[in-house]
Amino acid sequence: MSRLLIEASTALCLLQDAGRFGVRHLGVTQGGALDWVSMSWANWLLGNPLDVPVVEITLGGFTVLAEDYCVLALAGADLGAYIDERAISPGRSFILQKGQRLRFTQPHSGARAYLAAPGGFDAPKVLGSCASVAREALGGLDGFGRALAEGASLVYSGTGTHLRELPVERLPTAASLEVILGAQIGQFSGQSLFDVFNTEWTLDSRADRMGMRLLGTPLQYQGPSLISEGIPLGAIQVPPDGQPIVLLNDRQTIGGYPRLGALTPLSLARMAQCLPGEKVRLAPVMQETAHREHLSYLQRFTNR
Amino acid sequence: MKPRIEVVAIDCLMVRLFEVIAEDNMPWMLAATRRLREGFGAALVDLVPSYTTLMVHYDLLALSPTQARELIDQALTDLQPQAQGSGQCHVLPVWYDLSVGPELALLARRSGLEVNEVIRRHSQHQYQVFALGFAPGFAFMGLVEEQLAAPRLGTPRKRVAPGSVGIAERQTAAYPVESPGGWNLIGRTPAKLFDRERDGYSLVQPGDSVRFEAIGRAEFINLGGDDTPLEAQA
Repeated sequence: MSRLLIEASTALCLLQDAGRFGVRHLGVTQGGALDWVSMSWANWLLGNPLDVPVVEITLGGFTVLAEDYCVLALAGADLGAYIDERAISPGRSFILQKGQRLRFTQPHSGARAYLAAPGGFDAPKVLGSCASVAREALGGLDGFGRALAEGASLVYSGTGTHLRELPVERLPTAASLEVILGAQIGQFSGQSLFDVFNTEWTLDSRADRMGMRLLGTPLQYQGPSLISEGIPLGAIQVPPDGQPIVLLNDRQTIGGYPRLGALTPLSLARMAQCLPGEKVRLAPVMQETAHREHLSYLQRFTNR
Repeated sequence: MKPRIEVVAIDCLMVRLFEVIAEDNMPWMLAATRRLREGFGAALVDLVPSYTTLMVHYDLLALSPTQARELIDQALTDLQPQAQGSGQCHVLPVWYDLSVGPELALLARRSGLEVNEVIRRHSQHQYQVFALGFAPGFAFMGLVEEQLAAPRLGTPRKRVAPGSVGIAERQTAAYPVESPGGWNLIGRTPAKLFDRERDGYSLVQPGDSVRFEAIGRAEFINLGGDDTPLEAQA
């Protein structure tokens, strides 16, 4: 068993896995790593199953002290990480000697870093998952959804010694975020349909694990008001102010705003690395095409 | 009964069965839920029912969108409504009182009824559970009779006590945990609505029905209820 003492943390440093499934009909949200691609690579670097518990560090402000010899892996954003005074870039597994500190300072590129340990960090499974959802008091180290706190310990029991690096090109590099069109798409005005896919959208600072708001030309929905229905991951809903919101892992399970469609999982992983103020474009994609692209991307985890 | 199937995400399809909210939808919704669970088996990730729709979230490693569509078609062929009473019927004890349900007065004023009559009417009907959402174990139930219907509060409360029972439009619900909320509060139940240790977790499941039973303060306390008035907890 190896132990890391958390010396600094924020409300945005959370234990996460792939999320909570089979309980959505009870009003329980999905949760899980926002950038599932980077979580998967962090686990891959250690030879772990791709979905065992990792630490999701958003923007930085996280420090751990190794109380034992530790092997860890880092993927996702470059949050200015240091082992003691030596900078370490993401996309590798590495050794943290007993007494050394791993510290995340501030975002250099991307927003979320994923820290993995051999076999995954130990945490109780609550409703089938360790994903931390504070609002629902589910998951995390304590089982009640709280963020990782200073003074707590991260423990893992695996014994991996894999040390490897990721090739540079890891994330899909499509220019636009891909949207699978939903059933209400035809009920937006013609001008709005043009604007959705032909103008830039700016990520608003009003963004959290429930959703990210996109600022741009307001969209006009002309259809009837809707009865609440299930909301999939990545759904782009348009409230009356016309500014779309991309609904993420901690979204509510049902809702009644009209929707343009839903981002693909690969696009969601990319958006999870965007900071407020960044500009994105949207492009339509067929469900079948997106499915094929997704399966093809997953091959990268096995073909190495 | 020919449900529409709509694309909603890479691995989700919406089965649209009805256009309006009605208690008569439930036997069909229950039947479709059972057929879809059987038809998809282990390839089903989640099935989210809500009023008129069922969202099918399937395993995209196991099924292509075309295969998922075919499974839905097969599962819903010759669908028959499930016999009434197939969902569980729960009786939720409620202490109706102005100290924990301040909008009892408002509802009485709006409807022109005495407070006791509002309570009697709310507790005499057997409500259908249309959907769970908003929070784990939060059940949207209806339909509340027209005369008791009332819009949500203009300004939602920052904090609603666990167990609070409320009305919004023609729906009623109980808050499983402390949360913000804009429903008109009329009482409080001591029942534990969501329990991670319980088999099935949520006391009430979609498709169940619920009747509220008026109890006094003493019984409410005996059953483990917290009678701290709403204002004192704010």
